[in-house]
Amino acid sequence: MTLPSVDLRLVVPELLLTGAAILVLLVGAFTPRAGHPALRWIAAAGAAAALWQTLRLGTGGASFGGMYVRDALTLVLQSIALVTTLLAVVLSGEYVQRTRLESGEYYTLLLVSALGGLLMAASSDLLMIFLGLETLSIPLYVMAGFARSDVRSQEAGMKYFLLGAFSTVFLLYGIALIYGAGGSTNLGTLAAASPSLLLFTGIGLVTIGLGFKAAVVPFHAWAPDVYEGAPMPVTAFMSVIAKVGAFAAFLRISSVALSAQFSQWATALTVICVATMVLGNLAALRQTNLKRLLAYSSIAHAGFILIGILSGNISGATAVAFYLLAYALMTLGAFGVALMLQRDGQEADEIADLSGLASRSPILAAAMTLFMISLAGLPLTAGFFAKLYVFTAALDAGYAWVAIVGVLASVVSAYYYFRVAYVTLTGQPRDDVVIVGGRWTRAALVAAAAGVLILGLAPGRFVTFVQQVGQALAK
Amino acid sequence: MLTALIFVPAAGAVLTLLLPRGRESTVRWTGMLSSATALVIATIVFVQFESGTAAVQFAERAAWIPALGITYHIGVDGISLPLVVLTAVMMPIALLSSWRSVTDRVREFTFSMLLLETALLGTFVSLDLILFFVFWEAVLIPMYLIIGLWGGPRRAYAAIKFILFTMTGSALMLVAIIFLYVHSGTVLPARTFDLMQLLDIRVGMPLQAWLFAAFALAFAIKVPVWPLHTWLPDAHVEAPTAGSVILAAVLLKMGTYGFLRVLLPLFPEATLRFAPVLVILAIVGIIYGGLVSWVQPDMKRLVAMSSVSHLGLVTLGAFALTVEGLQGSLVQMVNHGISTGGLFLLVGVLYDRTHSRQMDDYGGVAALMPQFAAVSLIVVVSSMALPSTNGFVGEFLVLLGAFRAQPAYAAVAVAGVILSAVYLLWMYQRVMQGPVAVKALALDPSGASGAGPVRMIDLSPRELLTFVPLIALIFAIGLYPSPLLSRTEASVRALVVRVDEARGHAETGFGLRASGFATPIHDSQFTIHEFRVTSHESRVTRGLR
Repeated sequence: MTLPSVDLRLVVPELLLTGAAILVLLVGAFTPRAGHPALRWIAAAGAAAALWQTLRLGTGGASFGGMYVRDALTLVLQSIALVTTLLAVVLSGEYVQRTRLESGEYYTLLLVSALGGLLMAASSDLLMIFLGLETLSIPLYVMAGFARSDVRSQEAGMKYFLLGAFSTVFLLYGIALIYGAGGSTNLGTLAAASPSLLLFTGIGLVTIGLGFKAAVVPFHAWAPDVYEGAPMPVTAFMSVIAKVGAFAAFLRISSVALSAQFSQWATALTVICVATMVLGNLAALRQTNLKRLLAYSSIAHAGFILIGILSGNISGATAVAFYLLAYALMTLGAFGVALMLQRDGQEADEIADLSGLASRSPILAAAMTLFMISLAGLPLTAGFFAKLYVFTAALDAGYAWVAIVGVLASVVSAYYYFRVAYVTLTGQPRDDVVIVGGRWTRAALVAAAAGVLILGLAPGRFVTFVQQVGQALAK
Repeated sequence: MLTALIFVPAAGAVLTLLLPRGRESTVRWTGMLSSATALVIATIVFVQFESGTAAVQFAERAAWIPALGITYHIGVDGISLPLVVLTAVMMPIALLSSWRSVTDRVREFTFSMLLLETALLGTFVSLDLILFFVFWEAVLIPMYLIIGLWGGPRRAYAAIKFILFTMTGSALMLVAIIFLYVHSGTVLPARTFDLMQLLDIRVGMPLQAWLFAAFALAFAIKVPVWPLHTWLPDAHVEAPTAGSVILAAVLLKMGTYGFLRVLLPLFPEATLRFAPVLVILAIVGIIYGGLVSWVQPDMKRLVAMSSVSHLGLVTLGAFALTVEGLQGSLVQMVNHGISTGGLFLLVGVLYDRTHSRQMDDYGGVAALMPQFAAVSLIVVVSSMALPSTNGFVGEFLVLLGAFRAQPAYAAVAVAGVILSAVYLLWMYQRVMQGPVAVKALALDPSGASGAGPVRMIDLSPRELLTFVPLIALIFAIGLYPSPLLSRTEASVRALVVRVDEARGHAETGFGLRASGFATPIHDSQFTIHEFRVTSHESRVTRGLR
């Protein structure tokens, strides 16, 4: 067997991330005390360099025998994944130092997980998708249980691992069936495969596998517990990167390769999509824990993003990409505000902990309000254009009623997002909650808030950037 | 010009954030100056506005998000002009009224108010549906904050109820907007959200009815049209005075403005078909609002419910689909802003002194506060639409328009006019006249009220100043409405022509009689009717005593 041709120039971003991951591990192992600031710098620099290279490389080319492709979809989704990673590293800054979690391993795992996200975005082969998904997920399992002294974190890690592994089996079995039906794992080749029961079943199983990762109803049950238990910066990172990866794969499979066969699943996908939006938002109404609230909110947002996949058209794919970017900024921002606080030396993860924040730090309270407004999808923020995009895609594809359910679900969501904002702006500050702050977290917050506002006020350039996805699919 | 108008308040809002801490009076003055600047610009626009043409004036157009066909397209015509000016007039008054009553977080309050002004002005001048929607929704956030942070005891409930009601309506409106956008791609060369281009499209009937319904629901919740009004009393009662003033004077007009700006021109066939439904709801609202106001012991709630009644009249005028009706509807929007804004200010003045809004806690206030009583009387008669006040002009035109469309409508609606005299005069009588009896709630922060009598000081110069422009406008519009009417007439005519064309298209005719084209409006006509209605109304009022 001859090795396929390899063009390493195409995978410079991945190599940079890998290099940074290894370096940070080594530096962590050989520095005497835990929590050396160099670790952060290396990780952040690695992510930033990878982002820069991704943007510089642009589009064009395939490598590893056609398993890896660098097209517009790769460019856009990798950029989103790397922005997420960079923000997550910066956001983690002081928290991991405070809680003595900071170590080479932490950043290594984070970067490797990001690497998995990059690979999923660039895969044009089912095996590559599987590989990317595992590279993405396994570090996340470890990170969820990273707070070794915290029972909740242990539980979260275990739960995530078991359910994640279970879902991977579905994915793998689905891939096997598709291979059996189409005779190939290459997405390009599969596009010409004739429909068959085997292929149909295979696609269904792959959808289930990816649905677990993206946390859509009814495969969402793990999310609230895992989100609640994992250390907060991990929750923040995980809630975004897993979705970026999963939806990248969704886009690859549903819109590029198997669009014709995928449409047979449209009814099922519609049900999943609507159920996710409705249940995610309704369940979030009753939460008192911020992490659980954001967990259900992330489920709900997965439903909105799924509208883009469901539409199966160019504007749908673009909508998915734009939504992911907006979602990354606003979710990381919301977690970032909570990361600035501490209750009795613990995470301030109850909504009540935010009470009266406005009288202590008006800027933090304003930032939280901004992120909540954006999550609710009101104008002048990123969340509005994200929703506008997916609903346009839905109407383009004739799914008017899905769009109507979607807008009504986002009205429901306004209730709990505004509740968080209201608590932040009013009430008495709690004595046991203190603002611990930190320059890194603050920097990430500023970046996220600026991003949310820019995407809400002048999204023109980003829209053009993201629309390349559509052009990639139109070919 | 208009861009400056919209963003001057926003710039002022940003400026308040940059000011150093603890400079409350500087913050107040910044707010006042920026809203006053906006008022100056709005006045210039009003003066320079050319009447006699239905064209959009002061238009500005720039690409915003070209990839999605979203433009920054603004401009004013005869329909938006009065509301732009109304907004610009009411905001400095509202800020002035909160000079003493809002002492907590002045910076945030001023910031919210100015942002609110930007959003409101933006809503009225937008000619791109997404821009319109963005401003429309942007109104919610500052208003939510104003109710939720500076409101009464049940403010959290009232604020979220306000948000959820309006968002439900606007969510469906968003779907309708996108639907139009997608649909425009099949007719026009490129998809667009531009209202002026969308006017060239004639959407087919079943679809047009659905789109009409979605937009109408959003607007009707905002107005609010009965039976969608339930958020209104809560929001009004809990909001601080300045918030109530803006809410009543301007926010509610977003809905009725939407009727004229979007529903009538974009969906004329559907308008013709569903106008009777809206007219009937409006009439029910007029009567219901009047009856409920009648039995309110709480003055603020009374004024709030009277809004439901008055805006029913505005809606009636809009869907009478005659020139008089529409003009009356527009004038009545402005009038309601002035009079009801004034009424809320009056309640605010009393509340500042006693912290009570219950009518039973007052009596004979006129003896203690003679100036206040005089001002109140003027505002009350304006709200009752007595001739020579502004209310008369609008109400008369609406009823005339409604009469031309369907005499029965006007006949029932007149009952609402009588009711408004009942509850307003009754309120005036109970509060102002009779033996002096003022109770105060223990709520008074100074603690003075618990034991001793409350000091009912007459209007301070600042308070008087808030009423001066309102009273001036009440008489200006009441006695010489032609600057306002002449500027709106061309646009209104164009609107009626557009709807009438549709009537030609759908020859079946849906219950509404021919429009009142034959009679152009002359100011001289008013004088004739004035006396008749005066004597009629005074009979009514005398009958009540």
